[in-house]
Amino acid sequence: MPLLAFVVVHLLVALALPFLARRSTRAAFFTAAVPPAAALLWVLAHAGPVLSGQTVSETVEWAPLIGLELAFRLDALALLMTILVSGLGAVVLVYSDAYFSRGGGDARRSAPLLLAFAGAMLGLVLADDLITVYVFWELTTVCSFLLVGQAGVSRESRRSALQALMITSMGGLVMLLGFVVLGESAGTYRISELIEHPPTGGTTGLAAVLILVGAFTKSAQVPFHNWLPAAMVAPTPISAYLHAASMVKAGVFLVARLAPVFPNLPEWWLPTIVFGLVTMLVGGWRALHEHDLKKLLAYGTVSQLGFLMVLFGAGTHTGAMAGAAMLLAHGMFKATLFLVVGIVDHQAGTRDIRELSGLGRSMPWLAGVAVLGVASMAGLPPMLGFIGKEAAFSAFLTGARPDLLVDAVLVLGSMLTVAYSLRMLWGAFADKPELPQTTVKPATAGALVPTALPALAGVVLGVGYPVADVLASSYAEFFTPVVPYHLALWHGFTLPLLLSAVAVAGGVALHLGRVRLTAARDRLPRPLDAQRGYELIMAQLERVAVGVTGRLQVGSLPTYLGIILLTLLVVPGSALLLRLTVPDDLRGYDNLLQVPLAIVVVVAAAAVLRARRRLTAVLLVGLVGYGIGGLFIVDGAPDLALAQFLVETLTLVAFVFVLRRLPARFTQSGTAKVWQAPKAVIAGAAGILVAVAAVIFSGARQNPPESSAAFIANAEQGAGATNVVNAIIVDFRAFDTVGEISVLAIAATGMASLILASRHERRKRSTRVPSITVKTTTGLVEQPVKQHEEVRE
Amino acid sequence: MTTTPTRPSWTTWDAPTERWLLSGFCRDGKQRTVLLELAARVVFPTVLVLSIYLLFAGHDRAGGGFSGGLVAGQAFVLRYLAGGRMDDSSIVSLRPPVLIGLGLVIATTSAFLPLLFGGELLETAIHKVTVPLLGQVKLVSSIVLDTGVYVLIVGVVLDLLRTLGSGIEADVQAAERGQA
Repeated sequence: MPLLAFVVVHLLVALALPFLARRSTRAAFFTAAVPPAAALLWVLAHAGPVLSGQTVSETVEWAPLIGLELAFRLDALALLMTILVSGLGAVVLVYSDAYFSRGGGDARRSAPLLLAFAGAMLGLVLADDLITVYVFWELTTVCSFLLVGQAGVSRESRRSALQALMITSMGGLVMLLGFVVLGESAGTYRISELIEHPPTGGTTGLAAVLILVGAFTKSAQVPFHNWLPAAMVAPTPISAYLHAASMVKAGVFLVARLAPVFPNLPEWWLPTIVFGLVTMLVGGWRALHEHDLKKLLAYGTVSQLGFLMVLFGAGTHTGAMAGAAMLLAHGMFKATLFLVVGIVDHQAGTRDIRELSGLGRSMPWLAGVAVLGVASMAGLPPMLGFIGKEAAFSAFLTGARPDLLVDAVLVLGSMLTVAYSLRMLWGAFADKPELPQTTVKPATAGALVPTALPALAGVVLGVGYPVADVLASSYAEFFTPVVPYHLALWHGFTLPLLLSAVAVAGGVALHLGRVRLTAARDRLPRPLDAQRGYELIMAQLERVAVGVTGRLQVGSLPTYLGIILLTLLVVPGSALLLRLTVPDDLRGYDNLLQVPLAIVVVVAAAAVLRARRRLTAVLLVGLVGYGIGGLFIVDGAPDLALAQFLVETLTLVAFVFVLRRLPARFTQSGTAKVWQAPKAVIAGAAGILVAVAAVIFSGARQNPPESSAAFIANAEQGAGATNVVNAIIVDFRAFDTVGEISVLAIAATGMASLILASRHERRKRSTRVPSITVKTTTGLVEQPVKQHEEVRE
Repeated sequence: MTTTPTRPSWTTWDAPTERWLLSGFCRDGKQRTVLLELAARVVFPTVLVLSIYLLFAGHDRAGGGFSGGLVAGQAFVLRYLAGGRMDDSSIVSLRPPVLIGLGLVIATTSAFLPLLFGGELLETAIHKVTVPLLGQVKLVSSIVLDTGVYVLIVGVVLDLLRTLGSGIEADVQAAERGQA
């Protein structure tokens, strides 16, 4: 069970970390880095057999009765994602120690949360069951909410965290619906089985669309992309992890995972390609005008995610190869660049490109690392990013016209990518003549080494492209027809190379003309803004909620009761009228004692209506209760009668307590007179309905029920009780009893809180009067023991 | 607990000097009824015993944890009515929420106990012992669950006294002093 064990260890260590973090955050971060590192090493050790087709899989029965199981499977795609999730997780955790202030609240919170996040993400990429996927999917949503929100001190962080939570969890719910449709129509929730036998039929398209909604929200595709830049309020290491390996990669991963399940299904590939391309352009365009380095990178991520969506959604062999390579490349360079920005922000105190100048000379090592990352992002050889981009351009060179259109847009998007890559490098490190030299403290090795690692990995995988090729090929095996394509640095002078050159040249040109470009963009009208749209929708939702609540919760007891009774009359009442059979052996009374008792009850109930004083009414209602208790005795139910009498007494006492604060007489407003007749009709009808139903239901029973007979037979032997009622309460149905007293406890506590809450403020304000008989601070929440001592003095 | 009146004058000669209440503080002035104080003082332990009897008798006759708890609760209600705000919980030195929680804990633990002995959840064990003078006494393990119910109900009633009883009384007094 190694796969599940790794996930569980992640989560368990995360649970224990807060205690360690209280002592030392440094120890916490380094401890937190151990599980991801171990998972990475274990996966790499198993890489050989996995890539040759021997997948590791395991299942854990979760709820066998309803066929729920946790299934995990390590195949090529899971391997690739685990390298990202665990490798970058360990890197980010080590880096965090240098980034966060030691012992600060953010550090104490982030260490366990980041590790839990890594664990949830690991579970997600290894999952081989749709429901398992969903569970871990939502776990990552919750973790990201907590990480983005941090302490929730600033309003902005709260809003961003909530926005991320709202958008991604809504998408997640839609996705769950899609999973259920898919699983039920295919008869299995196991992804590997779905890939082997792709489902067909009308519902498959629906499932595909629903699942895509989830993937798009998670991966910040247009029109859901706005939460990702907003989430930039989080500390930089967290952003790095969000963007490079987790959260937003989950959507792309899901598309990659399920693409073989929906081969050639237009509902699947059309939205992914269309939305992916739009996202790529929108993200790239927005990134060109950002001044905040983190936001620039965030829009860059949005753009790259669109790119990945296109590659995985196409469902072709070469596209899948390119997608796998780009997925790996993007994880590496995006992690590097975010960590670089984190160091810049940390050492220079700002990450605004209008304030930074001359960092290239004061931080040459950091600039070098950043160049490696940017080169991969822009797709320059010999980086992994270049290899992926070459493959991507090749994937759509099939000669069909729509494919050519896709390729053209990809080239355009790549131009934008090159342009914002340059903008980032220039913005962070260039000498700007109009700005003074920014003063920086040199970065520590503890921050630099983790930053450099992913960048170097990108170079290594680029130069050693056969490794990347094996990884990508074994994932792309799922896609037919297999086109013999291999990732390589040099394919000869081919069309993709030309396209790459065009993209780089166009990007450089865009970068050089950046000032005019921004000016032009400022002149453009902006009809659509996703962020504003989101805020508008939320505001509308709140307005509707307020309206609905205001209409439904009018706060008038007669209205509530009237609605409840009307429902009772309409639903069961109509059924009763349709099936009305009067039992033929109807008697006036069974026992002569019933007659006076019934008269007492009826008269008391009628007298309540005539009562002018509240106390009179309460006493009369009590009389009704006692009368019914008497009827119980006559019918031979002493247990029931005892409970009825006691409860009735207590109710009376409680009523009288409350009446002390109410006016002695009933007050009648003018409007109440109008409603008197309808109220009387509803009340009378409901009363008649209940009475008739009681007679008919009790008449419908011919023999004593079997369950009662069994209870009576077993009471003496099984429960050691001759009182069957009590035997039922404490033995046969003891579980119900425990449930009921829990409800009672909750109700009592809730009632007490409501009553005491209104006085809490006043009690805090009031001054203590020394004399005991008129003490204002009541002994309600004090220790009565203390009072006791005062008394005995 | 007799107190000698400080100034025996014709104004106070017929005022009762005995303190009937355990707390030693009686309601002041017009609200005080000596009869009720005396009755509460006399009846209170008896009613508690009755409630315990009901708790144990419930197995073979009418009663049980619920009824027993309610009866015990009513004993406290009587004390409150006689003595007012200063008299509630001067015997039970546990705060009502603690009592409620305690009852719930007793009930749920009794539910899980049989699992330790290899039984099922909420299983009942019956044990009969012969005690001299009393004859055969039947011990049933489900009495523990019933005790939990009993304690919880007492807690609920005391909570009611604390909030609707003393709480409202405190409100009234505060209002009289113009703080409401």
